[in-house]
Amino acid sequence: MVTLLYFAGLRETLGCSRENVALPVGESTVSMLIADLRNRDPKWSDAFGPDKRFRVAVNQHMADLPTPIKAGDEIAFFPPVTGG
Amino acid sequence: MPTIRIQAEDFDAGRELEALTKGRRDVGAVASFIGLVRGTNDGHAIHAMGLEHYPGMTEKALAEICREAQSRWDILDTLVIHRVGQLAPGDRIVLVGVSSAHRGEAFQACEFIMDYLKTRAPFWKKESTPQGDKWVDARDSDDVAAQRWKG
Repeated sequence: MVTLLYFAGLRETLGCSRENVALPVGESTVSMLIADLRNRDPKWSDAFGPDKRFRVAVNQHMADLPTPIKAGDEIAFFPPVTGG
Repeated sequence: MPTIRIQAEDFDAGRELEALTKGRRDVGAVASFIGLVRGTNDGHAIHAMGLEHYPGMTEKALAEICREAQSRWDILDTLVIHRVGQLAPGDRIVLVGVSSAHRGEAFQACEFIMDYLKTRAPFWKKESTPQGDKWVDARDSDDVAAQRWKG
């Protein structure tokens, strides 16, 4: 299992702030996880569409599409940041 | 050691900057930046501003940015206080302080920390406007500001 977190506008769009999901057996990456999320339904497919700008963090560090993920990881998705 | 605080309450910039140098005799300069909530953005009025963050990652990201500043410039100490929750126009949002022996290092490191905070620390602003609530879009100009410290 991995923990998925969603923040800000993405959390509101998806109507979800936190969930646990099972990873497929074998090696997995952020990119593969996003492909699974897109397959859920049109809302998810659109939120993670190729025209959307979002960021991902794995275990609270900025990550990228090829970043490997494993059981127990905390993976967060959020819009580009706007603090300061 | 950088001082990093995320809090809902306001801060007293004078007291915080005094604490940064208290008991030290090696500080010759302190540069600071205070960010406030503007009452307008891109031509529309703002009644209130909500600030959300990613607890845990925010503190790590800010500490990492301060460490990066320490490795790039000959500075003595750093301070970042960022507020979260509901704020109003005129409210303070963020305080960055940097101490060093000479002013040049402190000025540059302070600007660097703000530029990196704007593009790397997981905070999000939501404006309340007469047309309703709206998440603030990231600005390309912030990416450009952060890019200039590369290389």
